[in-house]
Amino acid sequence: MDLRLTPEETAFRDELRAWLAANAPEDWPAWREKPLEDSYPYLRAWQRKLHDGRWAAVSWPKEYGGRSATLMEQSIFWEEMARVEAPPMANSLGLGLIGPTIIACGTEAQKERFIPKILSAEEIWCQGFSEPNAGSDLAGLQTEAKLDGDHYIVNGQKVWTSYGWVGDWCELIVRTDSTAAKHKGLTALLVDMRSPGVEVRPLRQMTGESEFNELFFRDVKVPVENVLGKVNDGWNVAMSTLMYERGSYGARLQLTFNRYISRLIELARSTVRNGRPASEDPIIRQKLAQCSAEIEIMRFNQMRAFSRITATGVPGPEGSIQKIFWSELNQRLQQVAQELLGSYGQLLAGDPHAIDNGLWSYGYLRTRGNTIEAGTSEVQRNIIGHFVLGLPRSY
Amino acid sequence: MQFGLSESQEFLKDSARKFFAGECPSAEVRRLMETETAYDAALWAKLTEQGYTGIIFSEEYGGVGLGKVELMLLMEEAGRALLPGPFFSTVVLAGSIIDAVAGAAHKAKYLAPICRGQARATVAILESNASWNLSDIQLTAANNKLTGEKLFVSDAAIADFLIVVARNGVFVVDSKAPGLKISAMSAMDLTRKLYVVEFKDAPAEHLGPTTNLQRAFDIAGAALAAELVGGMQRTLDLSVEYAKTRKQFGKPIGMFQAVQHQCADMYLETESSRSAVYYAGWALEENAPDAATAVSIAKMYASDAGRTVGNRGIQIHGGMGFTWENDIHLYYRRAKASENAFGDATFHRERIATLVIDAPATAQPAR
Repeated sequence: MDLRLTPEETAFRDELRAWLAANAPEDWPAWREKPLEDSYPYLRAWQRKLHDGRWAAVSWPKEYGGRSATLMEQSIFWEEMARVEAPPMANSLGLGLIGPTIIACGTEAQKERFIPKILSAEEIWCQGFSEPNAGSDLAGLQTEAKLDGDHYIVNGQKVWTSYGWVGDWCELIVRTDSTAAKHKGLTALLVDMRSPGVEVRPLRQMTGESEFNELFFRDVKVPVENVLGKVNDGWNVAMSTLMYERGSYGARLQLTFNRYISRLIELARSTVRNGRPASEDPIIRQKLAQCSAEIEIMRFNQMRAFSRITATGVPGPEGSIQKIFWSELNQRLQQVAQELLGSYGQLLAGDPHAIDNGLWSYGYLRTRGNTIEAGTSEVQRNIIGHFVLGLPRSY
Repeated sequence: MQFGLSESQEFLKDSARKFFAGECPSAEVRRLMETETAYDAALWAKLTEQGYTGIIFSEEYGGVGLGKVELMLLMEEAGRALLPGPFFSTVVLAGSIIDAVAGAAHKAKYLAPICRGQARATVAILESNASWNLSDIQLTAANNKLTGEKLFVSDAAIADFLIVVARNGVFVVDSKAPGLKISAMSAMDLTRKLYVVEFKDAPAEHLGPTTNLQRAFDIAGAALAAELVGGMQRTLDLSVEYAKTRKQFGKPIGMFQAVQHQCADMYLETESSRSAVYYAGWALEENAPDAATAVSIAKMYASDAGRTVGNRGIQIHGGMGFTWENDIHLYYRRAKASENAFGDATFHRERIATLVIDAPATAQPAR
């Protein structure tokens, strides 16, 4: 056990720091407040710049434009990005989930066709997995694709699609064999979102915004060369994508949470409670300390998981621990913020009395989604029960 | 950066597990807990042979000179086996205090016999206010004599000497000294006995000032958290095993999500405690600037998790979990004692608040 950076990790960090010092934009905080539609060209330009410096996908193999970065280096990458408050990248699903899946499961022709434009943010990717009747039971999805000569005809509906409104391409999971067992009749398709018959509708969520979309497919033609992986092997392709989703997110969140807790401590110092600063109130102190400690434990868990994955070579079901930990911690943190802010906690963005322009009322509502998206807490606990502890399957 | 255990650390942990499984099985724990002191001389000799009694101390005093991470691993395995007797009191607590506050002559006199397995010792800290805050200690030595009372002193009846934390320093009192009276307290954890120690003009040798005491307390607190992790792991293993074999409604109860999710939470709490404990061990070893915070994070989290993992484990065992014959309550009892010792979660949250809210500069992560 040695938590100091190795010489290679130090070199990686220093090179990145120098690059960010020269290239990271300083005007992002002003853009952050605006709707994503308005800031999207800005984020594309930022990703393009990162790509020019070969920083857009550090985890990817060198031959595909990455740096073959180790998990620790990836963790350093996100830490440094957060340290300078760098903007996120426009094509985050393409870079984080779909690109790695294409590299792992795709044909040479697909890699050549799609990978460069994922990196440069010329083509934005979205993910068509969940359906109105297939959420946790993803394998029960009904969107069907029928082979018709040299292409498939796709019909069905997807929901909770991030970046659907701006997506050029979609990793779509469809049913290609309705007679097979439900996990065995699925196929992953790479679908051009501009194909005739694709309709994108905004899905308004409980926060009032529309981060997600609904996708409708009516007789959409997809050429057979756009099958990702093998026909009827779509379940494994989807699982490989979801593994990336659960594995890497924690490292980025660590820094967001640190920013939250620092801000809450600051607010506690300036909020008066029972005639003294809330930061001197024993109960508030207990709650802030609990959150602060849990944020650190999330970091320790992440580092331990990274070391284990580095040793074994594969991300395992331990990602489920991280998913439960960060999502439930985020909810507890938002509740502490609400208790600290009292009546101010309910004020929305734009209200002149709102603290941090409504960040905390938004967070309170938005974090309810955290224990649902990317695999509900119930599904994560099933995964731990069955795959980690070896308990019999419950369903 | 590498948060996994090194090969030699894995080896130590593995051999400790095998050692305790062989020398201290459940039947032996139950035999010892029914005795007056829970101490067994033969077992102590074997602990000494393994080098465990000198694990973190300098070779100069007969120790093995390993680090704090190694201590955490040993304590985790001792906790898994519910090792009864004065190992924590003697080696981890008394040993660390002598190491932190005493000069070379005193170390040769008191630490060396501990390392060599020749002496048992303990530390008297708490008074009638039962406060873990050092500034609440009232007992004061006068002319190298002590008069007063200490409570909750672990393993005092088999200690050869007692280290006494007083307002004006740290002292050693020989167990055969005049004016010393030791009487048993009746407490939940049967494997680590507690005593009242009364001093009436008892002669005391000054060991050192209290200035470096906190460092030893931090080692002890982290080690107790490590021991809690071992207890949690054992409770989890027993519960998962039970959930796989116990059948109701024609199915193993582990097939029901209400049971599975309890097990998943036990796993999450156990692993998170373990991460915090290993980090604390590393931070202590490296004298990292956030070492004190790291210890409080580990002790805070493990204190709460030790209890909740126990709660869940007993619940999963149903009626069996409520019986005397099932081992799970033995771990539950130990967990309650360790939860309070060296500060419970509330105590450590306040300490974290002091370190993080009141003086943010000291709480930065090591990197």
